[in-house]
Amino acid sequence: MKLEILQALNAERAARRAVAVVTDIASGEQRLVKAADAGKDLLADVLDKHLRMAKSGMEETAQGKVFVTVHVPSPQLVITGAVHISQVLAPIAKLLDYDVTIIDPRTAFASPERFPDVKVVAEWPDVALPPLNVDRYTAFVAVTHDPKIDDPALIHALERDCFYIGALGSRKTNAKRLARLKEAGLRDDQLSRIHAPIGLDIGAVSPAEIAVSIMAEITQRLRQKVDKAEAA
Amino acid sequence: MLSRDEDILKAAEDWRKAGRGVALATVVETWGSAPRPVGSNLVIDNEGNFLGSVSGGCVEGAVVTEAIDVIDSGKPKMLEFGVADEQAWNVGLSCGGTIRVYVEKVG
Repeated sequence: MKLEILQALNAERAARRAVAVVTDIASGEQRLVKAADAGKDLLADVLDKHLRMAKSGMEETAQGKVFVTVHVPSPQLVITGAVHISQVLAPIAKLLDYDVTIIDPRTAFASPERFPDVKVVAEWPDVALPPLNVDRYTAFVAVTHDPKIDDPALIHALERDCFYIGALGSRKTNAKRLARLKEAGLRDDQLSRIHAPIGLDIGAVSPAEIAVSIMAEITQRLRQKVDKAEAA
Repeated sequence: MLSRDEDILKAAEDWRKAGRGVALATVVETWGSAPRPVGSNLVIDNEGNFLGSVSGGCVEGAVVTEAIDVIDSGKPKMLEFGVADEQAWNVGLSCGGTIRVYVEKVG
């Protein structure tokens, strides 16, 4: 691999942009294709399939055998609410290789003492979220119980097409939330993407158990989407 | 915990920029039960230092040896490992699968 290709590849990954490298097995020739340019590529269909599934693999093409390596960003988890659940959820997510950011404008909650080793941003979502590059490789969890904080963040997460969006609250709380978000102009198909009540139904009671159920649901979304996409 | 792939590719870039001879090994095909998925990387330098994994430890030694050849020659190589391999007793995969590993020079 040419150093220029490797550098460009690492730059794309650092910027959290999906990218593919196509290697001609017979000749050793290689090229880098940014996800944004994949549609214009000679192998557009092949690249689209691999990027969508986040899966590398060998392909027989009209030009011969090629190996397609895809690199999609490592998943990140963005949480609104520096609450008890987040104190447990953040370390679990880090063990699963997520980059974790917690947002809470309430400085009493968002203190480094409560969250050692976690990136905590003590700002409102409209300030905190844009620099995070929230994208389809992001899981978003709203757990403040405060609509002033959670609602704008949920709208941002829906607009950015996060692969998982969950919000804490009972069915009743959620019904009110959905009504507010609908009022704010979101469509039903968007609202149906919000997982609420949050987490897999495993009878979780304690904050740690709730964190496990949330992380299990996020993992299910991340891993089973491939099967669903294949079935579709 | 396993190193993330991005650390390995970043290491490949850093090692090369530091003037070391570097090769990148990538799992390109697997059959049966293979320990590491397609796309897994191992980065090797000309002194035999390596980072990452293509098989969870079974064949890394052999890949490193071949990689040093690739760094010298500049020509990529396709390696295959499996129980059917005549070297199975030395560098086979204990899990019974077969993997194909592409080794290329970084430069």
